[in-house]
Amino acid sequence: MSAPNTDVQAFIGQKYEAGFVTDIEQEHLPPGLSEDTVRFISGKKGEPEWLLEWRLKAFRRWKEMKEPEWAHVHYPKIDYQSISYWAAPKSKTDGPQSLADVDPKLIETYNKLGIPLEEQKMLAGVAVDVVFDSVSVHTTFKEKLADAGVIFCSFSEAVREHPELVRRYLGTVVPQHDNYFAALNSAVFSDGSFVYIPKNTRSPMELSTYFRMNAMNTGQFERTLIVADAGSYVSYLEGCTAPQRDENQLHAAVVELVVLDDAEIKYSTVQNWYPGDEEGRGGIYNFVTKRGDCRGRNSKISWTQVETGSAITWKYPSCVLKGENSVGEFYSVALTHNRQQADTGTKMIHLGRNTRSTIVSKGISAGRGQNAYRGLVRIAKSAEGARNYTQCDSLLIGDQCGAHTFPYVEVKNSSAKLEHEASTSKISEDQLFYLRSRGIGQEDAVNLIVNGFCRQVFKELPMEFAVEAQKLLSVSLEGAVG
Amino acid sequence: MLTIENLQVEVDGKPILRGLNLELPAGQVHAIMGPNGSGKSTLAHVLAGKPGYTVTGGSVTFNGRDLLALSPEERAGEGVFLAFQYPVEIPGVNNVYMLKAALNGIRKHRGLGEINAVEFLAMVKAKTASLGLKESLLNRPVNQGFSGGEKKRNEVFQMSVLEPTLAVLDETDSGLDIDALRIVAEGVNQLRDPKRSFLVVTHYQRLLDYIVPDVVHVLAQGQIIKSGTRELALELEARGYDWLLQAVA
Repeated sequence: MSAPNTDVQAFIGQKYEAGFVTDIEQEHLPPGLSEDTVRFISGKKGEPEWLLEWRLKAFRRWKEMKEPEWAHVHYPKIDYQSISYWAAPKSKTDGPQSLADVDPKLIETYNKLGIPLEEQKMLAGVAVDVVFDSVSVHTTFKEKLADAGVIFCSFSEAVREHPELVRRYLGTVVPQHDNYFAALNSAVFSDGSFVYIPKNTRSPMELSTYFRMNAMNTGQFERTLIVADAGSYVSYLEGCTAPQRDENQLHAAVVELVVLDDAEIKYSTVQNWYPGDEEGRGGIYNFVTKRGDCRGRNSKISWTQVETGSAITWKYPSCVLKGENSVGEFYSVALTHNRQQADTGTKMIHLGRNTRSTIVSKGISAGRGQNAYRGLVRIAKSAEGARNYTQCDSLLIGDQCGAHTFPYVEVKNSSAKLEHEASTSKISEDQLFYLRSRGIGQEDAVNLIVNGFCRQVFKELPMEFAVEAQKLLSVSLEGAVG
Repeated sequence: MLTIENLQVEVDGKPILRGLNLELPAGQVHAIMGPNGSGKSTLAHVLAGKPGYTVTGGSVTFNGRDLLALSPEERAGEGVFLAFQYPVEIPGVNNVYMLKAALNGIRKHRGLGEINAVEFLAMVKAKTASLGLKESLLNRPVNQGFSGGEKKRNEVFQMSVLEPTLAVLDETDSGLDIDALRIVAEGVNQLRDPKRSFLVVTHYQRLLDYIVPDVVHVLAQGQIIKSGTRELALELEARGYDWLLQAVA
C-alpha cells in the first residue's frame, strides 16, 4: 500500500467495563509464600491430610523450578513473596449455604457483570459456579443437576463430598511438576470448580464458572477438574473479569479434563481479565495450564477460547489423544492491543490410532499489542493414521503491533497426515473505505471486519457466549481506528 | 442535484483534477470518458470521499450540501453510492449482514430506526429476484471468491438495496465479457429513475450501448474538455482522443 496508513494508525484506549471494585469486607492473608502459607490454605479449607501432603510436595518441587522464559512475552520479574495467596469475602458462617447467605454486595457485583445469581434471572439452562478471589461463592441449579447425577460444585466441596473422585483424577492430566505455574497452583490453589458427568449422561444444561479477582495484591489460583465418564457429554463455559488496578495481578490456574470412552467435553472460555491501560500499567498476568486427556476410545475434547483481556496471556489448552479415534479441537481468538502481550496456542499430542485434531487460531493485534501463536503437533510412533489440520491466521490493525507464529511439528509415524495453513493480513484502507462508502461508520466497519475474521471460531461458541464475545471484541477495539 | 465547480485535487502533491466543472441534474445519466490517467477514477473516488486525495480548490454541492465536508458514511447517508472498479473482499462477512449494517447506517443518518429483520430479508430477496440473482449470493462472504462478473453484479445488487440518489459507476465494464456486461447494464437500467442520477465512468463506448447516457463528457488532463450527446462517444470510438487533445492544446 502506497497511501499512508492514516486511518488505521490512531489506535487508542479502550474502556474496561468490568473495572469496578467491590467494597466488601475481605479476609486476607498477608503477602508471602512458604510451607506455612500452604498449610494455612489447606487448614482454612479443612482439607484431608493427603491433599495437604500433595500440596506440600508440589511446593517443594516448585521451589526447585525456574520460571519459564521461552515465551514471546516480556515483564518484570515477579516477586512471589509480595503476593497474597488467600483472599476471601468474610462470611458470618463458614460458607454460604443458600443464596440468602451470600453477601448482597457480592450479588450486586455479579449483577453488574451481567451474571445474576438468582436462578430465575439466569439464562435458561446455564448453571453457574462463581469464584470470587479465592472462594467459590455459590453454585446455581445444584438440585436439578443432582437429579441427573451430575456433580457440579466448588473444588473445596468436592474434596469434602467426593474425595475418592478428586483423589483418583487430581493431577493425572497436569502433574504437579508439569511446569512452574502449574506447580505453584498445585501448592496454593484456593478453589475452583469440579464437575463429574456420570456414565451415559448428557448434562441437562451448560455448566458455567465465572471468575472474578477483586482483592488487591492477590493472586488467583483456581483449579478446575472435569471428568466425563463413558458415553457422557458436557458443555462448560468459563468467563473471567477483574477490577482495574495499577499493579499487576497474577492468575495461575490449572484446568484438567478427563474424557473416557465415547465421551465429550466442550470447553469454552471468554477471558476478559483487566488488560492494563494504554501505557501498559496494571493488568492481569494470565499464566494458565489447561490440558485435556482423551483417555477413552472415540473420546473428544473441544477447546474454544476468546481471549481479549490480561496484560500477558501465557496459555496453551492442549489435548492428549490417547484413546483410539479420539478427537481434539482448538478454536481460538486472541486479541491484543495497547501494550498487551499474548503467547497462546495449543498442543495436540497424538498417541492413539486414528486420532484427529483440528487447530484454528485467529490472532488480532492492534495498538502496540504483541500476539504469538505457539502450537505443537506431536504424532507418536503409536499413532497410526493420525491426522491434523492447522489453520493459523493473524490480523494486524495499525503498524505498531506484531504477530508471530511458532508452529512445532514432531512426527514419528509416517502414516500421519498433517496440513498447515497460515496467513497474515491487515485491515486495509480499501476494506474500510468500501464499507464506509456503503454507509457503515468507521468503528462498525472495523468490528464487521474483525467479526468476519473470527467467524470460524465464534460459530463454535454456544449462542449466548458468541454474542458476548462479539460485544467484547467491539468494546476492546473501541477507538481502535481514529 | 450535483454541481461540481472548479474542482482541484492532488494526490501526493501531484495535481490530478485541475478545475473540473460538471452539472448533473436529477434523473439523468452522464458518462465520463477519457484517456488513461486523465483523472476519471479520481473523480469517482473524491465524490465518495476516499481518503488519500487532497482537495485544493473548488466545490462539490449535492442537493444543496457541501459534499466534500462529509465523511464517506455521511455521503452514503445523503444518498451517494460508488460502484467500485475493484470491489473489495471482506472475508467472513455475509453480504446480507453487511448490507443490513449499511442500510441501518444510512437510516440512522436520516433519523430513522433500524429496519425490521423480517422486512429486510423479504426486501433483499425480492431484489435478488428482480435482478435475476441467486439467493445464495446473500450468504456468501462479501466479494470473496467471486468472479469478476459476480463482483460487478454484486455492486449493482447493493445499489438496488441501498437506493442511492446519486450512483457513481467507476469503470463497471472493466474486466467483463459481453454477456456479463449486458447483465450488469440491465441491472443499472432497472434502477433508472427520475429521482436518481448516474455518473458512469468508462473507458469504452461499448458500455454506453447498454446504458444510454443523456450527456457524454470527455475528461482529459484533469478537466472536462468537451461535452456532447451519445454521438460524441461513438465519434471517440472511431477517432480516439488525440484530435480532441490537440484541439484543446
